[in-house]
Amino acid sequence: MSESQHYVLHVNGTLHEVGDAWIGESLLYVLRERLGLTGSKGACEQGECGSCSVLIDDELICSCLVLAASAIGQEVITIEGIAPVGSPTDVQQAFVDFGAVQCGFCTPGLIMAAHALLERTPEPTETEIREELSGNICRCTGYGRIIEAVQRVSVARAGRR
Amino acid sequence: MSTTTREGVVRGRLGDSPPRPDGVPKVQGSFAFSGDLSADGFLWGATLRSPHPYARIVRIDVTPAWRIDGVAAIVTAQDVPGKVTYGLISSDQPVFASDVVRYVGEPIAAVAADHPETCRRALDAIVVEYEVLVPLTDPERAIDGSHPLIHPAGNVIRHQRIITGDQSLVGDVVVEGTYVLGMQDQAFLGLEAALALPDPGGAGVELFVATQWLHEDRAQIAACLDLAPDKVRLTLGGVGGAFGAREDISLQVHTCLLALRTGRPVRLAYSREESFLGHVHRHPATIWMRHHATDEGVIQRIEARMVFDGGAYASTSSAVLINAVTHAQGPYKCVNATVDGYAVRTNNLPCGAMRGFGVVQACFAHEGQMDKLAAACGLDPVEIRMLNAMETGDALITGQVIENVAPVAECIRQTAALPLPDAPVGGRDGDPMHLPGGAGLTADVSHIRRGIGWGVSIKNLMYSEGFDDHSTARCRLADGVASLKFATSEVGQGFVVLAPQIARSVLGVDDVLLEPIDTTIGSAGSTSASRQTWMSGGAVDGACRLVRERLFEHVGAAHDIVPVRLAIDGRDVIDTMGSFRISVADASAGQVFEETFEHHHRPTEDLDENGQGNCHTAFVFVAHRAVVDVDPELGLVKVVQIATAQDVGVALNPLSIMGQIEGGIAQGLGLAVMEEIVLTDGLVRNASFTDYLLPTMLDMPTVVATMIEIPDPMAPLGAKGVGEPPCISSTPAIVAAIRDAIGRDLSRVPVRPADICLP
Repeated sequence: MSESQHYVLHVNGTLHEVGDAWIGESLLYVLRERLGLTGSKGACEQGECGSCSVLIDDELICSCLVLAASAIGQEVITIEGIAPVGSPTDVQQAFVDFGAVQCGFCTPGLIMAAHALLERTPEPTETEIREELSGNICRCTGYGRIIEAVQRVSVARAGRR
Repeated sequence: MSTTTREGVVRGRLGDSPPRPDGVPKVQGSFAFSGDLSADGFLWGATLRSPHPYARIVRIDVTPAWRIDGVAAIVTAQDVPGKVTYGLISSDQPVFASDVVRYVGEPIAAVAADHPETCRRALDAIVVEYEVLVPLTDPERAIDGSHPLIHPAGNVIRHQRIITGDQSLVGDVVVEGTYVLGMQDQAFLGLEAALALPDPGGAGVELFVATQWLHEDRAQIAACLDLAPDKVRLTLGGVGGAFGAREDISLQVHTCLLALRTGRPVRLAYSREESFLGHVHRHPATIWMRHHATDEGVIQRIEARMVFDGGAYASTSSAVLINAVTHAQGPYKCVNATVDGYAVRTNNLPCGAMRGFGVVQACFAHEGQMDKLAAACGLDPVEIRMLNAMETGDALITGQVIENVAPVAECIRQTAALPLPDAPVGGRDGDPMHLPGGAGLTADVSHIRRGIGWGVSIKNLMYSEGFDDHSTARCRLADGVASLKFATSEVGQGFVVLAPQIARSVLGVDDVLLEPIDTTIGSAGSTSASRQTWMSGGAVDGACRLVRERLFEHVGAAHDIVPVRLAIDGRDVIDTMGSFRISVADASAGQVFEETFEHHHRPTEDLDENGQGNCHTAFVFVAHRAVVDVDPELGLVKVVQIATAQDVGVALNPLSIMGQIEGGIAQGLGLAVMEEIVLTDGLVRNASFTDYLLPTMLDMPTVVATMIEIPDPMAPLGAKGVGEPPCISSTPAIVAAIRDAIGRDLSRVPVRPADICLP
């Protein structure tokens, strides 16, 4: 591509040089194709399904809607930055244990959204869970086990406080 | 739904719900879906598609695209080295259109280039001159012959009637209706994607792809590429859902062709818009039904005419139609029938497999009829269904006797016994999120009407009409560790957790490894038709049992015990007539036992010209009860609760079954009130997730479920398939509940606001 750019992104606590990139590339594309962080998924590429959710300066964002170059100087956290491989968080483990994972394509985005929800609202009601996670579409589970997983984490965290 | 280990169930074995082996990688984002795969020096692929539903291609000029830097290959129909068409049942679909395009989105060319944006510009640069033709979009005109043929194979894909019993019987009570279903999309989240790696010199190709059936893909790809099947090697790329949409070829041949043409790895992935155009959908259908019954409500005869719009190419339309006509009676006794079914070709999007496969359409019609019949006979929806409930030993209108466990009445009874929602309309806390319209604050509680509706269904399992869709598995036991090999597509349903449970139960081991899912072993058949628990479960069980026999022979010979006396107890081999005991790990130390097993279901037959014959293998049953709140002024619906009792045979993994029940109900809810691909004159109006509405967490109600466990003696593990039933009768149950709420006859899904509030 002719319109190439060089810039630096701050992702998961590390500075990443992005070289020879087309300026029109989304953050999702750059994360996946240039930085090798394929945990963020693209399923609609118009901000409807939440599969590409990442945190930008602690705000939950659909990375498909953000131009990568516009995230210069901001701190991006992806699913890979949530926990080391093989050491899942309580939310991640609950998704596995309580049947919230089937095909798993929506799962990284839902994990990001669930973490963000429980940070903001440690003990959400079922209605709050449904409303806060309604930006994430799952086609396999019908959501019942996802709600259960989030509730289990909330209860477990409350018990530890 | 309890997730604790049930009484008498050993951890990790059948009946338990152990964690899925792909669970942690999936929650951490490290699981590789097909679209995540890459290779050194790869090129991006992309597909040029028709903007017209029906047109003659006058000229294709690709030379302007070659002038764009970074373009490495452009292929059209003339570059297809082998068979120029493909298809699951009949090979009627071109790899690339060359003379005529028959639907919007039909592929015409594919390009490979250094960047997705280069691909997009190259597609824009290809010049295609069309002579636009008048599309055939009305299925009735395909039947009556008033539109010129749009395909050499004709405008009718299949016509099948079922004629049985008294053709002139007229009941004391006669009810009829015409039921219409829109086109539903599977809308899996993981878009179509593949990576093809060419062999040196183009002698063969390796393809990593998300598919439901590796071996069928391979056969079709090899024929189109003019390669021997063993030169085309397929490995399952991580599959982000399927629901029928990955049973047909989409990008497989194109990706391989580009890789062979360039000699470089090629990645091809669809956008969401392309995905809507690039895979088959659930058939839109129009079904007229007339039921004859006694004054008491006993069904005496059904009449039906079913028209399924197959779209431009055949795909599995002929099999979908057969499922529809043979399930016309629903799970009810009926001995006299007159059914006429058509699957037709139009210039609408091609239709084929989607979860429920023809039975979804039939069920929406027969359940609407059951409620009409109940009303006409002065019965309630439960009474009419209990009165007519099918049992083991009853015959379908095809003459086929149901030999499976058939707990229809039990499904209804147990569903009825589940508690209704305890909260009133709007919930207890006054939160508007509980009302139709939710955060829109559009509804006043006092105007909302609640309704309750029922749906009950029967569904065939496995393939039909003489097809031997067998499955193959290999088991290897070495030093107390089992490993399993199969080509069974894991699409999310959880066969990767079930297969090790089977091996642990049969062999008494804890550690079970899974080998890659690819074409280096025999076919497993498709992950469809609710068949893999039965078929691949049966194959894994068979292979493990053969290995166990070998283990017992070995132990028997070493310890002078007749092998038939040996059994597995926990982790040990024991002598059932003595005190000898040895752990499986010790017994298999230094040994390798390896066996392969093919599981075949019993043979089935074709239907004759009157639709008679034992065409199906086995059947499963389910009941659904829906509670909805409706805003009759704005036409908005809030589904409040779904209750269900499902015939599962044996619950081999209760958590997986619950996932299928809830997930299937979500898709049934989508068809009932949200999901439709809208077509106007063959043009698609809503090919995006902004405009094609999918149920979110706010749309899905609480599901209360009971699993009816009566082991089926015909099933290898006593277990029936569970994937499709949840999405079959949930749709008519929801629509019946809306009818109940507003007192209006609704005969079309999805139910739109105007259907509710504009008479």
